[in-house]
This record gives sequence, C-alpha cells and structure tokens, in this order.
Amino acid sequence: MSESTLVVGQLFNGISVASILLLAALGLALSFGLMRVINMAHGEMLMMGGYLTYLSISVFGRSTGFAVGLVVAFIGTALFGALLEITLIRRLYGRPLDTLLATWGVSLVLQQAARSIFGPIGVEVTAPPWLSGTLSLGGTVMTGLSIPGVRAFIIVLAAVVLGAVALIIARTRLGLLIRAVHENRPIAEALGANTRFVDLAVFSLGTGVAGLAGSALSLIAPVTPTVGQSYIVYAFLVVIVGGLGSLTGTLAAALLIGVFSATAQIATSQSFSDVLLLLCVIIFMQFRPRGIVAQGSRALEET
Amino acid sequence: MRRELGLVLLLAAAACAPLYLPSYELSLLGRFLALAVLAMGISLIWGTGGILSLGQGVFFGLGGYAIAMHLKLAGADPGAVPDFMQWSGLDALPWWWVPFRNPAFAIAAAFVVPGAAAAALAFLVFRRRVSGPYFAIITQALALAATTFIISQQQYTGGFNGLTGFKSAFGFALGDQSTQFGLYWATLAAVALTFVAVRALQGSLFGKVLLAVRDGENRVRFLGYDPLPFKVIAFAVAGVLAGLSGALVTLDLGVISPAMFGVVPSIEMVIWVAVGGRNSLLGAIVGTLVVNFGKDWISSVFPDLWLYVVGAVFVLVVTVAPQGIVGLMTSLRARSPRLGPATPPALVE
Repeated sequence: MSESTLVVGQLFNGISVASILLLAALGLALSFGLMRVINMAHGEMLMMGGYLTYLSISVFGRSTGFAVGLVVAFIGTALFGALLEITLIRRLYGRPLDTLLATWGVSLVLQQAARSIFGPIGVEVTAPPWLSGTLSLGGTVMTGLSIPGVRAFIIVLAAVVLGAVALIIARTRLGLLIRAVHENRPIAEALGANTRFVDLAVFSLGTGVAGLAGSALSLIAPVTPTVGQSYIVYAFLVVIVGGLGSLTGTLAAALLIGVFSATAQIATSQSFSDVLLLLCVIIFMQFRPRGIVAQGSRALEET
Repeated sequence: MRRELGLVLLLAAAACAPLYLPSYELSLLGRFLALAVLAMGISLIWGTGGILSLGQGVFFGLGGYAIAMHLKLAGADPGAVPDFMQWSGLDALPWWWVPFRNPAFAIAAAFVVPGAAAAALAFLVFRRRVSGPYFAIITQALALAATTFIISQQQYTGGFNGLTGFKSAFGFALGDQSTQFGLYWATLAAVALTFVAVRALQGSLFGKVLLAVRDGENRVRFLGYDPLPFKVIAFAVAGVLAGLSGALVTLDLGVISPAMFGVVPSIEMVIWVAVGGRNSLLGAIVGTLVVNFGKDWISSVFPDLWLYVVGAVFVLVVTVAPQGIVGLMTSLRARSPRLGPATPPALVE
C-alpha cells in the first residue's frame, strides 16, 4: 500500500466519522437555530437509536433486522423527541441555559435506564451480510485501497439524509414554515404560522435523525449507555463552528472536525487531538465568532 | 441585623462541629464546605453574571494538582522522582514539576494558575461576544479535553489514578485527628472569608455592573461600559475560588484524579447552586451541602438510584423552582403575613 492510499484511507475514515457527526449535529443545529434550544439529551438519542437497532436485529435477524432497525430507530427516537418537546422543552422557552440543565437531567435518567435494561457493558451489533464486504478500487490509481462496506454505507446514509432534510426545507410547505419562523418568529406567527407545531416538527425530526446516526454508529462501535456522551461534545462543536441553523455550515463543520480528528490522531494521539481540536475551535472563534455560515442580521440582540 | 446575627450563630455552630459530630460526618462536612467555596464562585458568575460554566471542575483540578504535586514531591525521597513516575520509567523530574518543591510556590500556584487560566479563556471567548449557550458548550469541551489530556499523560500526571498516597502536608501528618480538625477549621474560615468577599464584590459598583451585564449586555455598552473586563474578572475570581476549593478537597481526601472534575462532576457543580438558589450566595452553600449529603446517603442506600434522582432534580429545579431552596423559602415567607413580605427575586435568564 503506497503512502497516498494510506492518506486516502485515513481521509475516508475521517469522512465516515464526519458523517456520523453530521447526522448527530443536524438535529442540534436545526433546533438550536430555530428555537435556541440546547438539547443535552441529544446524545442519548444516538444511544437509543443504537439500542433500537440492536433490538430489531435480535427480533428479525441479521439481514432484514438492520434495515428494520433503521426505520425503528428513526421513528422511535422521533416519537421520544416529540414527547420531550411537549412535556419539557416547550415550558422552558426563552431560557436556553435552563433548557440545557433540564435536558442534561433527562440524559442522566436515560443513561441509567439503559444501564438497568441492557447492562453497563454495552451490546454489539454485527453488520448485516450485505454490508460486511469491502469495496476495493482496483485498477485505478488507488490500487490496494479497500473501503469497508459499513463505512461506505454510513457515508451514503448521511448524504441521503442530508439531501432529504435539505429537500424538506427547500421544497415542502413545512420547510417554508421552518424558513419563515427561522427568519422572523413574531412575524411568522402574526401571519398565521403555527410556530408551536413547527418547533415540535423540527425537534422531532432532529431527534429522529440522531436516532439514525445511532443506528449507523452501532455498525462500527458497540452500543453502550454512555455512547451518546462521547459524541455529543463534538456534535456541539460542529454546531458552534458551523453557524446557527445552516445546513451548509453544519456540513462543512462536520467534515472539518471529522477529518481534523482523524488526521490529528495519526500524527499525535486521541487525547492530544481533543486538546488540539478545542484550541483550534477557540482560535477559529476569534475570526468567525458566528460560525462558518453566519446568518446576516441587523438585529442587535439575538432573539 | 437579625440576618447577620443568624449567620454568625450558624458559623459558631459549624465551628463547634468537631465537638459533637462523629469523625466520618465531620470529614464529609469539611469536604462539602470546601466544595461550597467553588459553588460560591458559580453563584457569582451564573447568578450575578449570567455566565453558565460547565467546566468549573477544570479550575478545581488545577488547584488540586498544584497542591498534590507539592505533597508528592515532599513525600518522595530526596533526589528521587515520585513513585508513579518511577513506575512509568521516568527518572528525571520534568522541569515544570521542580518549583513545586517549594510549599509557598505550590500554594500560590493553586490560586494563580486556575485564576489565570480562567481569565485567559474568558478573555478569548468573551472578546468576540460569544456567550450564553456557546460559552457553556466551550467550557464543557474544555472539561472533556482537560481530563482526556491528563489521563493520557500518565508519566507526568499520574493518569487516571491521579496523584495520591500523601503522608504529610506542610509538616502535619495527614490522618491525625488534630490535622483533621485543623483542616476543617481552615476550610470553614475559607468559606466564611469567601462569603464575605463575594458578598462585598456583589455589593460594589463592580457587582452592580456585572448584574447589569447579565440583564442587558448591550444596554450596558450604550451606557459607556465595556462588559468584557467585568466578565473576565468575575470568571477569574470564580476560577480562583474553584482552585482554592480543589486544593482544600485534595488535602482533605488525600487524592486528586480526573474522575473528580471531568464533564459529569463539572455539571453537577452547577446543580448544587441551582438547587440552593442561583441568586443567593447562602443558597450556593446550602445547595452544595444538601445535594452532596443527599448523594452520599442515596448512593450508600440505593446505589442505582442516584442518577435517576439527580436527573429528576435537574428537571424539577429548573421547571418548578428556578430560584432553588432559597427561592422557595422566600415565597413561603411572602405568603405568610406574620413574617412580613419579602420581595421575590426576579426570574432571570
């Protein structure tokens, strides 16, 4: 294997990590951009998606189980997100720091519940047969490079989900409402947009996408009660770097952070790359405090 | 006046605690009072300044390590490196460990290093007017990065196990009853001094501007103040208090390790203050004691229950009682006409 294939291989790993980050951060970015809500229990939606996938596989078997698991993970976490929005988040509107603390409480309860139900060690999901192969690009410049099927699948999944969300926002009636509320909540409300419903729909969509991320994650790592915690901080950094409520920004930031981590880990170590990443984010903020894609606004106060 | 008298009586009762409390409860009380110093720092930045930090544990850890490094060097044979360095095959002391042989340097470092680190972070972030939830997330990332970094640098920091196994501290044998009492009184003095100092800070012009920054940062700008130094100084003060608290707890427990100040402990520190009442300095102390004694009791009786309880507390305190225990007391007093009305504090975000 030549040097360039090694680099491309690692780049590929970085992109697949970035894909999971993107799926995890998408919901955060949407609900933070629209409602200014920080959902600390978002990581637990990944965890929940992972466990739901595991359950589907144990019910339906390895092959169809995973496909069913994807659907179950999306619907299950989306429903849970809707429940969370109605019972808790809606009450804390306009108090972002309090929402942060309350959802952290929810995340602790969910983690402990997972520990009581599935045990503290975590469960393994084996990839279905149709994903366990590798793609090799023989005959091209990159001879010798082989890409695990699961990683390729994760990247495709992220691309499809991103495309679907972009399509919903750009082309549907719900998307129109989302854009209106995002731009100017009071005016949208005055014109008859049901902002409560829009908030609910966006929040629930975001948690559903996080559930899909959990499904994807279960292919490459065991599902543990704390699996969400290990991704959530990075997902938040993606949101900060990407800018509020911008899909392009979130995509760019997820790619940046995923590839950065993957490459920094070859050069140094996991722990040092974490420190480097945080330093880079703080330095980045000195230049672009509002993220890669800053929303143009003449308002003095963020609403 | 009646209020001050009550506080003095409370302090006197606490000072006499070694006379009537059993040894185990006394050591818990001492440790939780040390944590209350940190909690008062959170009360200053969060209650007065509106700055939510999810990384106070980092400054706590810096203070703890500064003292622990000195104790480690004082306990090692002259000319030898501390035991954990020998285990990882290090035979020369790293240069940045050397000055910690000096006890005065270590004590000063326990204040200065966390304070300077907090000031630097606050300056870099607040300078670009990044605040609110963004700042909270950055401090949480800091807690994550700091703990993973310390764990990975085992040969220099003791790794996951941290620094432990001290025999004596500044000439006093640890574990002696007299040392325990002395440490308890020193902690109590630190709590009292911190209370008076932070109270004075809140009552000063500085405190008033800080409060104004919390309620309307841009309005403060229009009035001709730059909010930046106020936020940076407040955050640095909270950092110093966290460092002091870390140093005291390290002396008390005889250990400092990353598990004591990572992401989860750091956010728990915020909940102490939220439970007590974020706008009240006394509330910070009360909340720290209530939550920690509760944790000690629940995790010994029902070990699996603690996370459920603390999770529920997070949700309930925010939705039902945003002003915490102190807020509940105040509204109770406001309802009973005999005790006279008290103005309920304004709900703040």
